[in-house]
Amino acid sequence: MPTTKTERVEIRQSDDVVRVRQQTRTLAVEVGLSLVDQTKIVTASSELARNTLDYGGGGEVVLEILDQAGRRGLRLTFEDRGAGIPDIEQALKDGFTTGKGMGLGLGGAKRLCNEFSIASKPGEGTKVIIARWK
Amino acid sequence: MDRIPILKFGNALLVTIQVDMHDRLATTLEEDLTSKIVAHSARGVLIDISALEIVDSFIGRMLDNIAAVSRILDADTVVVGMRPAVAITLVELGLSLAGVKTALNVERGMALIEGRLSESEADDADDED
Ligand SMILES: Nc1ncnc2c1ncn2[C@@H]1O[C@H](COP(=O)(O)OP(=O)(O)O)[C@@H](O)[C@H]1O
Ligand SMILES: [Mg+2]
Repeated sequence: MPTTKTERVEIRQSDDVVRVRQQTRTLAVEVGLSLVDQTKIVTASSELARNTLDYGGGGEVVLEILDQAGRRGLRLTFEDRGAGIPDIEQALKDGFTTGKGMGLGLGGAKRLCNEFSIASKPGEGTKVIIARWK
Repeated sequence: MDRIPILKFGNALLVTIQVDMHDRLATTLEEDLTSKIVAHSARGVLIDISALEIVDSFIGRMLDNIAAVSRILDADTVVVGMRPAVAITLVELGLSLAGVKTALNVERGMALIEGRLSESEADDADDED
């Protein structure tokens, strides 16, 4: 799939979560997403960036503007080399948390985007991909 | 360290969130508000979030916590000025903010708090009969 722009933001501390939100917003505007869709993907990116920081021990996100036969979209790939998720189905359930959260981040991010995929291996890390199309 | 200012507004406290809050700032706000409610015997807390472009589960939990603690301290929390796109997104995220009252703007939020106050004064008057 043709990618017309790629950016990368490191996620090492809590200020970086703010930076991820801002960068997601900028690209969502560039893609031409509606205000509601911008808000949805920025909210999802905030949830996933915080997971990368809190549970993944830090990592990065790659933000890409996609163009599929004239249809534009924004794809975000969050990756860390943290502890991984032993049971993904359980982690996706609303209300499930191993921390102090509300357990809405993964399930919420899935609902807020058009595409969602997650791959994780205990001891190796976690990769979550979301996309929102115009 | 930066802090979000808390203003006294009649019987209530008013917090206007103007920045994209990082997590530490949110935690500090929770603590500051709790001590100010006690210090000023505030009966209400108005949190103006009209400048916030998103509310994620972290901020949502902060709002819920503030509302829960205020309630124990006999103060009502009203979140005012939520943008429509934020409200739509919150529902899909799965955040109900069940314990938080909302109002369109600061004036209506204040009216809610004053409404509760005059009701409880009326109750007190009834009790005396
Ligand atoms: N990047 C990650 N690395 C390891 N575990 C994760 C990661 N992201 C999520 N998890 C696990 O999935 C759970 C659910 O995540 P989430 O839905 O965002 O809720 P919360 O952040 O409130 O715990 C987390 O509590 C954690 O155990
Ligand atoms: Mg989370």
